[in-house]
Amino acid sequence: MPSLSKLTAAAVLVVSSLALGACELGPKQSQQTGYRGTGIVQIVDPGNVVAPGEVPPPPYELPAPGGQTAGQVYQNVKVLANVSQEEFDYTMAAITQWIVPANLPAEEAGCNYCHNAENLADDSKYTKVVARRMIQMTQNINQNYSDHVKQTGVTCYTCHRGNAVPEYVWTDPKPSDGRLMGNKRGQNTPSNAVAYASLPLDTYAKYMRGNSGPARVISKTIHPTTANRQSVKDAEGNYAIMMHLSQSLGVNCTYCHNSRSFARWEQSSPQRALAWYGLQMVKNTNEEYIHPLANVFPANRLGPQGDPYKTNCATCHQMQRKPLGGAQMAKDYPALRTVSAAAATAAVPAAAPATGAAAPAAAAAAGN
Amino acid sequence: MALLSFERKYRVRGGTLVGGDLFDFWVGPFYVGFFGITTLFFASLGTALIFYGASQGGTWNPWLINIAPPDLSYGLGLAPLKAGGLWQIITVCAIGSFVSWALREVEICRKLGMGYHVPFAFGVAIFAYITLVVFRPMLLGAWGHGFPYGIFSHLDWVSNVGYQYLHFHYNPAHMLAVSFFFTTTLALSMHGALVLSATNPAKGEDVKSPEYEDTFFRDLIGYSVGTLGIHRVGLLLALNAGFWSAVCIIISGPFWTRGWPEWWSWWLNLPIWM
Repeated sequence: MPSLSKLTAAAVLVVSSLALGACELGPKQSQQTGYRGTGIVQIVDPGNVVAPGEVPPPPYELPAPGGQTAGQVYQNVKVLANVSQEEFDYTMAAITQWIVPANLPAEEAGCNYCHNAENLADDSKYTKVVARRMIQMTQNINQNYSDHVKQTGVTCYTCHRGNAVPEYVWTDPKPSDGRLMGNKRGQNTPSNAVAYASLPLDTYAKYMRGNSGPARVISKTIHPTTANRQSVKDAEGNYAIMMHLSQSLGVNCTYCHNSRSFARWEQSSPQRALAWYGLQMVKNTNEEYIHPLANVFPANRLGPQGDPYKTNCATCHQMQRKPLGGAQMAKDYPALRTVSAAAATAAVPAAAPATGAAAPAAAAAAGN
Repeated sequence: MALLSFERKYRVRGGTLVGGDLFDFWVGPFYVGFFGITTLFFASLGTALIFYGASQGGTWNPWLINIAPPDLSYGLGLAPLKAGGLWQIITVCAIGSFVSWALREVEICRKLGMGYHVPFAFGVAIFAYITLVVFRPMLLGAWGHGFPYGIFSHLDWVSNVGYQYLHFHYNPAHMLAVSFFFTTTLALSMHGALVLSATNPAKGEDVKSPEYEDTFFRDLIGYSVGTLGIHRVGLLLALNAGFWSAVCIIISGPFWTRGWPEWWSWWLNLPIWM
């Protein structure tokens, strides 16, 4: 029988080799983004870099403007009615390529994923209703959030990447069932969303809905006052959402902040302002465009609380500082770049009249 | 400075590492030796350069004086004086004077025929410093990864470098280092309290012997490490604090680039419960 010391030595060897095996060996790449000596630096392991993803080429050459508009040729075109018919077809072909999964049976594949093959103008499939709203959402982001997306813009592919539902999405978490045993109180669960720390997991719902306040917990006074009632747990929630931002972009805290004072804008990098606009964009997108679709989606497209899958930073960024490595993709799809003049009247409830109480809210949202 | 009555005993000839008898003399109460000279040289030059750097830095506020390392773009090369070159020379001076002082301690130990515990302990502190400004920058490929010389600026560096790894408290070596630092202070405070209690008895009572001290801790926690042993424990704790500090920073960057919480996925991925 091996002695205790041999067993101990073996255990130490196994544990330490596992711990060492968890490390990243080999040379690293560093990028300084602040004044020298401040430690405002990104260090990455080249072996651990996530590829930005391939941009699919346009279905065919972008048709020249002119000719009849889609609204003149087709029926029930509510958003892209003023786009030329040729560009409309081109855009539809691109969207099909971006979103419809490749392995579907024939009756659901291609155009049929959203359209009734008997009558393409028919709104009976929920996917068509959602897609129309998503086109409006894309236009809104490109036109009204250029502070975040700049002239690069976004397309459906920025998030979808060939999936019907984008890979990185969130829904409201199930509330605690009140048990004592095994109740993690919405935290202490290793998750990429919080960079595997013990931080709370419900922070998307807290910071990425329309009524979310800013991510601010720091008091402005030395001594406690009633002006700031936020708790340590609130601070942890704030930390958690910041972990999500870091993970989504593949950067560390110093990409935006000088940690000597996280709150001070004048000591932060310009990227922090970009991120702020991004957060406003995500809140607007979730509240105005996605959440009102709750009554349009079938149950298998909703989370445990009955809310649709919503966006966060990772939905577009997918571990890149700029989605798709900053590829200029939207320039090939001008129909998606500005809000269509006719868009204001095209709304979700027109297509979903029978689904009850949430419809007026959706109408109000769409009319904004 | 007056010569203490017992100081003659310390004035032992020989034991030098370098220079033979040449520097084997005292100035007042201070042993000089070859390494005394080099310490003086490096410390004076380094301090003068710090003052020069401060004069070029726009502030004489002692909290804000900052002598920063070069931009990362200089890699492991030399930088112009005012763009980090000063930091590089001051670093050389600091290492030169620290190591000289440690070797001077070695010479004194040799003169007195005692162990090398003191220079060894100081050596661990030097090792931690060199890890920060030499080993880690070399592993990452740029002197700019060293910390800046300034009271506030080096704290800002510590903070930002910690946040490069999202949550530094999950760094396993940092956990060990912090635990050793706290345990060092706990042990020192308990030891100090015990000595003060034993040597300051109530009026009319005798100073207590080590037997009393041992008895106190045997009553309290069932064990007393003893009057000599507590110093060994203290040394062990303090050296481990410095050593694991060096480990925790050398693994941050050269051996791990993501958030430290994520490093623990090796534990979650152990085959026994995967």
